[in-house]
Amino acid sequence: MAEAVHIRNLDKRFESADAPGQGVHAVRNANLEVAPGELVTLLGPSGCGKTTLLRMIAGFEEPTSGDILFGDRRMNDVAPNRRDAAMVFQSYAIFPHLSVYENVVFGLRLKKLSREELSARANKVLAMSGLTEMAGRSPNQLSGGQQQRVALARAIVMEPRVLLFDEPLSNLDAKLRDQMRVEIRELQQRLGITALYVTHDQVEAMSISDRIVVMNGGVIEQIGTPREVYARPATRFVAEFIGKANFLKASILDAKTIDVAGVAIPYSSDAKAGEQLTLVLRPEAVALSDQAGDFPATVRRAMFLGNIAEYLVEVDGIGEWLVDSPNPGESGLFQPGTRVFASPSKSALHALG
Amino acid sequence: MLATARSQIRILARDPFLLALVVVIFISILIFVVYPLAMVFIASFQERGEWTMANYALMWERRLYRNALWNSLSVGALVGFVGVIIGYVAAFVLTRLNVPGKRILHYLMIVPIISPPFVSAVSILFLFGLNGLITRQVLGLQDFSIYGFHGVVWSQIFTFAPIAYLSLRGVLASISPTLEDAALNIGASRWQVFWKVTFPLSLPGVASAFLIVFIESMADFGNPLVLAGAAFPMLAPQAYLEITGSFNLARGAMLSVILLLPSITAFAIQRYWIAKRQYVTVTGKPTASTSKIVSEPVKWLLYGFVLLFAAIVLLFYSVIFIGAFTQVWGFNYAFTLNHFVYVFDVGFKTVKDTLIIAIITTPVSGLLGMLIAFLVVRRVFPGKGALEFGSILSYAVPGTVVGIGYVLAFNGPPIILTGTLAILVLCFVFRYVPVGIQSGIAVLRQIDPSIEEAAQNLGASALTTFRKVTLPLIAPAFFSALVYAFVRAMTAISAAIFLVSANWNLMTVQILNQVGSGRLGVAAAYSVVVIAIVLVAVVIINAIVVRMTKHMNMVRF
Repeated sequence: MAEAVHIRNLDKRFESADAPGQGVHAVRNANLEVAPGELVTLLGPSGCGKTTLLRMIAGFEEPTSGDILFGDRRMNDVAPNRRDAAMVFQSYAIFPHLSVYENVVFGLRLKKLSREELSARANKVLAMSGLTEMAGRSPNQLSGGQQQRVALARAIVMEPRVLLFDEPLSNLDAKLRDQMRVEIRELQQRLGITALYVTHDQVEAMSISDRIVVMNGGVIEQIGTPREVYARPATRFVAEFIGKANFLKASILDAKTIDVAGVAIPYSSDAKAGEQLTLVLRPEAVALSDQAGDFPATVRRAMFLGNIAEYLVEVDGIGEWLVDSPNPGESGLFQPGTRVFASPSKSALHALG
Repeated sequence: MLATARSQIRILARDPFLLALVVVIFISILIFVVYPLAMVFIASFQERGEWTMANYALMWERRLYRNALWNSLSVGALVGFVGVIIGYVAAFVLTRLNVPGKRILHYLMIVPIISPPFVSAVSILFLFGLNGLITRQVLGLQDFSIYGFHGVVWSQIFTFAPIAYLSLRGVLASISPTLEDAALNIGASRWQVFWKVTFPLSLPGVASAFLIVFIESMADFGNPLVLAGAAFPMLAPQAYLEITGSFNLARGAMLSVILLLPSITAFAIQRYWIAKRQYVTVTGKPTASTSKIVSEPVKWLLYGFVLLFAAIVLLFYSVIFIGAFTQVWGFNYAFTLNHFVYVFDVGFKTVKDTLIIAIITTPVSGLLGMLIAFLVVRRVFPGKGALEFGSILSYAVPGTVVGIGYVLAFNGPPIILTGTLAILVLCFVFRYVPVGIQSGIAVLRQIDPSIEEAAQNLGASALTTFRKVTLPLIAPAFFSALVYAFVRAMTAISAAIFLVSANWNLMTVQILNQVGSGRLGVAAAYSVVVIAIVLVAVVIINAIVVRMTKHMNMVRF
């Protein structure tokens, strides 16, 4: 059932009706291989092309060029109603004139299944989604979370080759979002369905994905596991979009050492001496101390957030860094104006390509 | 451009049924909307097969024609002006003020919209005619004549002010009262708030309502035919008389073109200029909608004005109703059922014909309207703009022009339809589909397109999506399209009068004939029957549409 998805050199331009040639280049030369049963997230800010890419896979948008394949079958010219790629919509897109049960069996009815099979499949999915009690209700009597479950149940009951999610959780409140995230991931893994999941929320992407596709301005910036895109961002954009990042200018001293604003720091690199680098330094990989350390600095802003303290420090001769320190409840806050030392964790430094 | 068009067709062709549907609709609109209009233009430039400007030269040479043009324009402008004032006051009172009986007043305001075309004209004859109840019996006037300018204007005001009311009602309801509150809060007087805030915000709506009433007035055929009289020529009846009286198609066509020009101009202004300037200031937040910008005395003054209008509407209908049961109005007020006996005996075939035509027209027009709305809003295909324009064009074309166009177009090869049921049904379908299209488009634009995408995504073809998802979702628009089509089919006269035959006749034409031969009682009885049928039909259509969409709350008419 699970199917690989291949995206090859996919391009989408929206032509502007009033000004030819003035259109938007929504997706530029996208290449992506999704393995059977894998959950891949398309992550990026609004307008980055992630939804357009998903809608091309669903068949709602026509690619300008390039190919979409499910398994070895080219899907470009297959109408959306024949693609067998069930989608969960951002707005849920529940049929407001049909009951929960009728919503769930809508697609099955079109498949002309036997009455027994239809109700068996529907009841199984309703039970799985915790909707059995509400089967007869009208959608406008449901809460947001329940509507979300109906949308999900309606998609998975189709046992599709590919499951598509278009920001499915963006209309839920934070608590429910966390819960549904877990449910979606568990369900997808249990059923082993190949899934593509669009979101602009990096935490959501990190928590449910096998791999993340980071997009910006229509271009795929990086494809990797959550760990890879966080620890080894390919571009400045990826580093900034996923989590917070400080950027350090450095130059190579030798194979094992680099120079950051006059301070020699151990860093292995095969680049030639004298070459310039930009390093990514995550805020939690910086330790602050009032005793000793690599870079003298002054605390400019300090915020207590419970699990961490969030600092903005001005490093002498370099500029501002964000620093997250764990357990501030135990150690206490450095007040603004305090002179401190900031020490990057050497293993957490990563040079941008 | 061509590449885009080709790829659009390719996408559409994935659903061959959809492609076929688009092609069929295109061709039908060409044949039944564009072709008859073109024939009118061509005929107006011809005289016995020769190309000529002679017909148009007559327009300036003949005083009769010049007067007809001037009279139609001045009546249209005056009725538009007065109609908008009445409509504005009524809309303001019934949407913004806290006054008793709003619901019943609303219904009284819109009753004239669903009534047959001669109700107010016949009522006016009953009340102010030669043997009128008020002019003759009460005031004892001997030489008062209601015919001419006054009669037409009064009758049209009571026929068309309700259209202005309905149109302005939506406009005023969409102006957030918080804007008025804000103006009052920063120190404006009530009068200033009205002239500086409320009125400017509603101005595009006012202009739009004026133009709609102007178009309706120009196109009106029934009222002028009954009340204008020989001394007060008007364009629409004059075109009719040229054709039925003098059998001069070319001159009829020329007058039609002259009649068409102001209507199309007004329509173009309304649609492409004013419609883009409408303000919507309603926010998602619920607000108390009672306006504080009128003082108590002014409020009751305005309310009294609305009551007066409603009372006159009620009077008109009572007079028709009583007239239908009265022996000979003006002479013998004894109760009788003779007029109804006549309608159901001699006139029964006409009642049956009318019903058959209306029953066929209604679902076809309603469904076609929703389909075109669906295609226009949700699909991309080459010529979409042209399709939308062509399909709503007939709204702006006066019925007389359409009628003459159909006579010219379908009287001979290649398509001969004269005297058939089909010509009446086709004429009605394409004439009354624009209202369905417009309301369908309006409702559809407010529905998240992903609901229909979801249906497709689950395996539904375009037609299944339309039938199982779109249509139930736009049920309110579908309902109003069906009601409109039925009401219009029951009450049409201006185009239909050219198309009726011995085989297929209409009650409205019978009403006109009875008025023409002075048998107002029978005319009134026909009118009562039409109104009764329309009311029953509205109830039935409502029941059907509610059944179709059991999970949704219907917007009631």
